[in-house]
Amino acid sequence: MAKITLSNLRHSYLPNPKADEDYALKEIDLDWEDGGAYALLGPSGCGKSTLLNIISGLLTPSDGKVLFNGTDVTGLPPDQRNIAQVFQFPVIYDTMTVRENLAFPLRNRGVAETRIAERVAEIAAMLEVVDMLDIRAAHLSPDNKQKISMGRGLVRDDVNVVMFDEPLTVIDPHLKWKLRSKLKELHQRVKATMIYVTHDQTEALTFADQVVVMQEGEIVQIGTPVELFERPQHTFVGHFIGSPGMNILAAEAQGNTATFEGQSVALEGNVTGDGGSTEIGIRPEFVTIADTGVAARVRKVSDVGRHAVVEAMVGDTAVKAIVEGEVPGQGEAIHLAFRPDQTRLYRDGWISTEAQP
Amino acid sequence: MKTEYQKAWFFVLPVLFLVAFNALVPIMTVVNYSVQETFGNNVFFWQGLDWFEQILRSDRFQAALGRQFLFTFLILIIEVPLGIIIALSMPRKGFWVPVCLVTMALPMLIPWNVVGSMWNIFTLPKIGLLGYFLNDVLGINYDMTQQPISAWVTIIVMDVWHWTSLVVLLSYAGLVSIPDAYYQAAKIDGASPWKVFRYIQLPKMKTVLTIAILLRFMDSFNIYTEPFVLTGGGPGNSTTLLSIDLVKIALGQFDLGPAAAMSLIYFAITLLVSWLFYTLMTKDDAQ
Repeated sequence: MAKITLSNLRHSYLPNPKADEDYALKEIDLDWEDGGAYALLGPSGCGKSTLLNIISGLLTPSDGKVLFNGTDVTGLPPDQRNIAQVFQFPVIYDTMTVRENLAFPLRNRGVAETRIAERVAEIAAMLEVVDMLDIRAAHLSPDNKQKISMGRGLVRDDVNVVMFDEPLTVIDPHLKWKLRSKLKELHQRVKATMIYVTHDQTEALTFADQVVVMQEGEIVQIGTPVELFERPQHTFVGHFIGSPGMNILAAEAQGNTATFEGQSVALEGNVTGDGGSTEIGIRPEFVTIADTGVAARVRKVSDVGRHAVVEAMVGDTAVKAIVEGEVPGQGEAIHLAFRPDQTRLYRDGWISTEAQP
Repeated sequence: MKTEYQKAWFFVLPVLFLVAFNALVPIMTVVNYSVQETFGNNVFFWQGLDWFEQILRSDRFQAALGRQFLFTFLILIIEVPLGIIIALSMPRKGFWVPVCLVTMALPMLIPWNVVGSMWNIFTLPKIGLLGYFLNDVLGINYDMTQQPISAWVTIIVMDVWHWTSLVVLLSYAGLVSIPDAYYQAAKIDGASPWKVFRYIQLPKMKTVLTIAILLRFMDSFNIYTEPFVLTGGGPGNSTTLLSIDLVKIALGQFDLGPAAAMSLIYFAITLLVSWLFYTLMTKDDAQ
């Protein structure tokens, strides 16, 4: 187990990268604390798998260093880094039994047979696969195969970090939830550092203590699920996390108010910086239908069960609000109230209002 | 639960009809010959299973069968490992992939009798490039027209040259279908290159290798044209394989009865070995 430090990391798949766009990863500085549960969240192609493969040693970065507990491991191959990785598609050794699969990483490292039997029994109990130990792994269902791939990672007691590269992609929806809670439980039991790569916000937010949001090879924000939800540092995070995502509305800012479609909106605090294009961001959860406020006309109401999502037009801009209870009808004229302490200003995408203590 | 549709049999009928005309009817004529004797004029006498007994007891048949098994065994034991090794060392992407694949496929595109003539001219002691080189440059006493060992080496090398590509191409197809994640996982698990081969590559190649071995077995067991053109079964009877012997009996001596009985025995052996091999190879998957 170890603290993982990424220092000035950059990576390009091109032989001679010149411009910034040539890099799949742009300048990453990051510390992963020992024993933490992290998620790397971002859309497909944002560089999360590249980052993962650099940590595991399957890829050597173009620039920068990877440190485990302060030791430079940038040049070490995967088997010398003591890491474990679970891939998108379950990787199992077809011709071996489940037991042999779990024992494989230990056998390769010359661990004593008695110790192997002990560890395999332990991990099998943890994963609830004891009754399958003597079945050929090829005959397992996809979710059990994925469990075995996880098991092969966890069976070594000296792993620095266990990495999951979108491990639930091929799992049936009703089993996803089960496997996800199993993972969370495993993390609490083995206390290894775990990094979970996904483009699914639900998976990231339920698994991780800290979520790292990436976009186009850059880290946009690192924070707890609550922080990401409540105070996105970037409009991308606001938009990417939440269902529906944050309302991002073009607006002009003066002092601590903004003008949106000619109507004044109060912001959470003082505006910092100047210039650039400004937008206000507010989550649909904090937009309410009121007697006064921004005048709007209802365009669409979608009932999603627990609540309804009301889409209203303010001028030419659509604003979404989550409404519980009675909903207005289509075409109705209403007023929208933005909760001031949840209304933020973004300048060129980045947050530029001061939070109120 | 499986549902069985009896109606399906109805749709199989046209195929059954076709197969009857190109396989069942010819085989049945052979069966017919195999139990009768003729002295010409289309007059036949019932002979029972005498021909079968005679053939199975004859030294000539047993010797040819022995040579046939030896030939097939030798080419399989060379071509299969060699094919796998070549497939493993071929590039997986880039410019050289099509170059390798086309080069590999070339020998298989050459007609059998041309392969036989090519190797005949190539290996003739005084005129052939290889024959001349071996005898007059390296000083090795090599003459495939006179020495049984030389003749055997030549037909085996010729078959390896002609057909190893088949094993290569099939193995290669199996290899490229393995996702990268398997190799990455093996690296992380600390597996040695041998273990990667044993537990990842070989199992993933198993299906295509089964087909490759089956095809190579059947083709080499029934081989006729190439050794016939190259050595004509000689020197003496040393390279007279089963099919060459069969043609001698059927067309050379015009012994229709014994030839038919021999064909059926030949067919039965090919079928039996193929079935045994296939059953053994697929036994694990069925569990």
